[in-house]
Amino acid sequence: MSASAVFILDMKGKVLISRNYKGDVDTTEIDHFLPLLMQQEEEGLTCPLLSRGKVHFLWIKHSNLYLVALTMKNSNASLVYSFLYKLVEVFTEYFKELEEESIQDNFVVVYELLDELMDFGFPQTTDSQILQEYITQEGNKLEVTKLRVPNTVTNAVSWRSEGIKYKKNEVFIDVIESVNLLVNANGNVLSSDIVGSVKLKVMLSGMPELRLGLNDRVLFGLTGRDKGKSVVMEDVKFHQCVRLSRFENDRTISFIPPDGDSELMSYRINAHVKPLIWIESVIEKFSHSRVEIMVKAKGQFKKQSVANSVQISVPVPSDVDSPRFKTSVGSAKYVPEKNVVIWTIKSFPGGKEFLMRAHFGLPSVDKDELEGRPPITVKFEIPYFTVSGIQVRYMKIIEKSGYQALPWVRYITQSGDYQLRTNS
Amino acid sequence: MTDSKYFTTTKKGEIFELKAELNSDKKEKKKEAVKKVIASMTVGKDVSALFPDVVNCMQTDNLELKKLVYLYLMNYAKSQPDMAIMAVNTFVKDCEDPNPLIRALAVRTMGCIRVDKITEYLCEPLRKCLKDEDPYVRKTAAVCVAKLHDINAQLVEDQGFLDTLKDLISDSNPMVVANAVAALSEIAESHPNSNLLDLNPQSINKLLTALNECTEWGQIFILDCLANYTPRDDRESQSICERVTPRLSHANSAVVLSAVKVLMKFMEMLPKDLDYYGTLLKKLAPPLVTLLSAEPELQYVALRNINLIVQKRPEILKHEMKVFFVKYNDPIYIKLEKLDIMIRLASQANIAQVLAELKEYATEVDVDFVRKAVRAIGRCAIKVEQSAERCVSTLLDLIQTKVNYVVQEAIVVIKDIFRKYPNKYESVIATLCENLDSLDEPEARAAMIWIVGEYAERIDNADELLESFLEGFHDESTQVQLQLLTAIVKLFLKKPTETQELVQQVLSLATQDSDNPDLRDRGYIYWRLLSTDPVAAKEVVLAEKPLISEETDLIEPTLLDELICHIGTLASVYHKPPNAFVEGSRGVQHKRLPPRTGSNESPESPELAQPAAAQPVDQPPAVIPSQGDLLGDLLNLDLGPPTSGGTPAITSAMQMGAMDLLGGGLDSLVMQGGAGGRQETGFGGPAVMPSSLNAPVGGGLGDLFDLGSGVGMPTGSYVVPKTVWLPAMKAKGLEISGTFARRMGTIQMDVTFTNKAMQIMTDFAIQFNRNSFGLSPAAPLQLATPLSPNQTIEVSLPLSTVGPVMKMDPLNNLQVAVKNNIDVFYFSSLYPINILFVEDGKMERQVFLATWKDIPSDNEAQFQIKDCHLNSDAVSNKLQSNNIFTIAKRNVEGQDMLYQSMKLTNGIWILAELRIQPGSPNFTLSLKCRAPEISQFVLQSYEAVLKN
Repeated sequence: MSASAVFILDMKGKVLISRNYKGDVDTTEIDHFLPLLMQQEEEGLTCPLLSRGKVHFLWIKHSNLYLVALTMKNSNASLVYSFLYKLVEVFTEYFKELEEESIQDNFVVVYELLDELMDFGFPQTTDSQILQEYITQEGNKLEVTKLRVPNTVTNAVSWRSEGIKYKKNEVFIDVIESVNLLVNANGNVLSSDIVGSVKLKVMLSGMPELRLGLNDRVLFGLTGRDKGKSVVMEDVKFHQCVRLSRFENDRTISFIPPDGDSELMSYRINAHVKPLIWIESVIEKFSHSRVEIMVKAKGQFKKQSVANSVQISVPVPSDVDSPRFKTSVGSAKYVPEKNVVIWTIKSFPGGKEFLMRAHFGLPSVDKDELEGRPPITVKFEIPYFTVSGIQVRYMKIIEKSGYQALPWVRYITQSGDYQLRTNS
Repeated sequence: MTDSKYFTTTKKGEIFELKAELNSDKKEKKKEAVKKVIASMTVGKDVSALFPDVVNCMQTDNLELKKLVYLYLMNYAKSQPDMAIMAVNTFVKDCEDPNPLIRALAVRTMGCIRVDKITEYLCEPLRKCLKDEDPYVRKTAAVCVAKLHDINAQLVEDQGFLDTLKDLISDSNPMVVANAVAALSEIAESHPNSNLLDLNPQSINKLLTALNECTEWGQIFILDCLANYTPRDDRESQSICERVTPRLSHANSAVVLSAVKVLMKFMEMLPKDLDYYGTLLKKLAPPLVTLLSAEPELQYVALRNINLIVQKRPEILKHEMKVFFVKYNDPIYIKLEKLDIMIRLASQANIAQVLAELKEYATEVDVDFVRKAVRAIGRCAIKVEQSAERCVSTLLDLIQTKVNYVVQEAIVVIKDIFRKYPNKYESVIATLCENLDSLDEPEARAAMIWIVGEYAERIDNADELLESFLEGFHDESTQVQLQLLTAIVKLFLKKPTETQELVQQVLSLATQDSDNPDLRDRGYIYWRLLSTDPVAAKEVVLAEKPLISEETDLIEPTLLDELICHIGTLASVYHKPPNAFVEGSRGVQHKRLPPRTGSNESPESPELAQPAAAQPVDQPPAVIPSQGDLLGDLLNLDLGPPTSGGTPAITSAMQMGAMDLLGGGLDSLVMQGGAGGRQETGFGGPAVMPSSLNAPVGGGLGDLFDLGSGVGMPTGSYVVPKTVWLPAMKAKGLEISGTFARRMGTIQMDVTFTNKAMQIMTDFAIQFNRNSFGLSPAAPLQLATPLSPNQTIEVSLPLSTVGPVMKMDPLNNLQVAVKNNIDVFYFSSLYPINILFVEDGKMERQVFLATWKDIPSDNEAQFQIKDCHLNSDAVSNKLQSNNIFTIAKRNVEGQDMLYQSMKLTNGIWILAELRIQPGSPNFTLSLKCRAPEISQFVLQSYEAVLKN
């Protein structure tokens, strides 16, 4: 059904640790993985799915590691990739960083986790918070008699344990919107969408029932409310704690939250909003002599708001030299390893317009290889503001002990995949 | 201190030392030693020699130590089966431990020890664990049944574990249910006929309930299992869909994709006119789009699946083109997939945007991506006719960049554009020729050579160009050699005087100096053709090429349906059925979409009438002709000239090719024999041969009769029975009925005058009002005698078409005035348009093709002719008697296509394409005419002629 065996390899293809779940694949097959991958890379066609004979390799890369699943069946590929990413998530939560060293340093726990996360190719409990209740790095200190499987593992509520206690009951809600933008060289917006996410930090005792109210247009429509200040969410995805059928029926977002940090939901909005930071650029290349760059950035959001840590990366040819900059605000820096100029503006108020000029020398001989035309990319953060206008209307918290709990809400809008193509 | 220290001992005598430590009395030391053993095992050292010592550590109450020993056992038990027995006792004991964690661990590990001797000891503990009070143990035991089955299937069946497993589907705990489902599915997969997952509405209901409560992985198991179920009817199908759709909002992409699989499959059963069907279609798009924000590997799986979904149900994503635009930092495998989907979604509505993007991509640096982008531009040109011009000019711009691989790729696609739109873009040939030298890839060289050969008459130095290729003939790839051979033969047939030497050279290179059998055979065929019958050679080599289709890379519909059932799996990523890459699955049944139960089969919109989209599944459009059609084709081949070198081809494309060659040959043969007065029959000659085994008996008989009536003899045109034009009530006792006919090239109006009055009628005269085609009496109306009461006289009045013209509504309306001694009476009648079809309405094939292209497609009208039980030859004959001439006949994917022409008395041509599916009484008629308003009247004529 899914993976027969899972391997974690270093960049040279050496197996750091592995687990053979089903025994139908010869584990030495993994030795062919890296040569196959190298061959593909040489041909310029990497693919996340490789095969050799009847063996299929599904792999992902994380820092200096390859995580590879092997199968000989018609496995569910999306399940396998999801699982590999889940492995990364769990290991990262256990060891802070998942890399070659942390695998070696913790190989006993890694084995234990591999044993618990998947059985005979079927993923099992993958919630690291729950796992940490019975698989710990201090395993040697715990005696068998004390350690039990938390009921949570097999409960319908498999993400929250019972008996959690806080002195002060609070929920922190972060609404984070990322703006994706693609603009062509003529300045036309090809695509723009918003990917929003509602993140929770839950510090609540017991088994609380939560209900989140948003200004969702469909909900307003159902309840006959004025749709004026509501938002249309194109597609919504929920953490598994949310009762999906309930949402499907009456758009109620009701759930028993996981303890601590989690992403409650994400949504996509296909809004045609004005690009928050608009860039106009002129990049003139005079062969064998110089490159001149002029970039104008304009904040197209409310005057009261301020964009923080704005970073505008402008691509330059790889063989430029002697950079000179002039900026009306902020500072510009040439980053040769990335072949970009990064113009940083700490605080960029709405409605303002700034200018940056850059001048580079070019060598008198042409370089051999062709270079692509990377787009200008922009990074920014605008606090206290959601571009879609989405709002948390309420968060109802009900627990049988009847405590009072406070919800706190923060909004922030940031750049997602924000690209503007250039002409040169 | 971290675990990494365990990896550092590399001293000699290590094993010996470890042995001592393992047998130490101190717990701590023991554990340290086991860790070192595991560390060695991890780095690939063989520590199997320590087996008895490690197993001795198994009996411990330290959980961590126990887990490590278990791990060791799983690794080495197979190599030490006899010693593994030593561990059995501890396993059995652990399975009864008060701590469920230990019980589960023991049963889980035991299942992983793939040693036959152990399995029998496993049965009792497993039986207990399957009924354990703790769900954690039960869910582990459920999986263990699948493990055991993998080792010893018979044992599992004998022990009745399968029934216990089935019972777990009704377990109160969702995780247990999910694992039981997963285990059963796994077992069922290797035993396809076991009927293990006997899914019924009750069990489905249980699964759907568990779906809401189990983990994300459990949801995937359940959804994948649901996808194997076939609902009884559309109502059940809808209710399952309704309960599955909430899963589309799950954060895990794999859950979403498995839900999409269930929905895509069950949707097949919903009637298309159902409101819910439309709702469901709308619900599918947003989650599919959101999958594109997942990690690249998951995006890749999603894109490969979207590629299938777009082919199966193009309407779902037709408005989502933009999300497939390529981003600079997308990995290459994502870029290539997005490009593929962009072309599939390209339509007249979005073509401008798509082209702008493709042009952008074509100037990137990644060679594979650029190539594919250039190719995509060509595919757009072929797919969206309105964009062809823009595509060609974009390609020319790209050729100007002189980037080698861009130029080559552009030339390959331009060749296809020439084939799709002949006589339209040949002006660019000069530009192409400039780049001849830079072509170094076989495909591009072959394409260029094809172009030179095909348009040899327009390229002044075609001979020089081809000669230059000939110099290195033997170094070329086969593809280029074959193309060069054909191109030079074409050139010779077009310019025989200057190129005799060249053609002899290439023929000798191909036949004498080559050891490639394909090349040699083709050389010989040309040689013999040219030497025995140059006219025939011309007909064969320069024959009309079949049109190339828009989508050359569509997945064959039955495969597509199978792949839809495998959404999310490797099969859907490879676009191959599982038995193509999974061992031992040959006997496994192909998954199929359920048949639609709804009644209404009408496609929602004309756009959907595309192949594969709206066709009912049980009757997919055959890419490979079915047996019957193939037989029909073979028969046709047998009837062809005995020189035919065509062997029965397997693919339809080859079949068409062969047909075409022979068709051309036949044509020329007929022309050759034309002296015998058969000129007029033309291509109609072979029409009397029974062409289809599927033809109903009636049609066959008709054929025989036609044959009896003699080849080429006109069987007489169809005349509508007379109708009453003027009732006696309205004309003071004079009743006029009549009809129109065309006889021997003359239009005649057959009129019957009946006197229903009490008095004699005399002094008849007739006059026509001005009409659309200038019909007027060619002679005065002459009734031989006065018309006595109750007397009837029949008159045939010859008509000419030189009278005054005025457009009438309807077009074929004729207003007539008849006068007699009593009064003047007016009436109007509608004449069938076929009386206007003239005898010289047969267009030349070349002209036909050019004209067809030339008439804008807006002028095309398509009709269905229902309930006509004739085969194509009978149809041809019947129509020909009415001056509707069949110019060519072609068999495309089992359908007969008749290309026909007719000409009106005023010189207007009407072109027709009549599509006949053998065995189906419904024909499709496409008409093209510069005066499109005439089409409906032509249709009426077709119907009248064919049904009478």
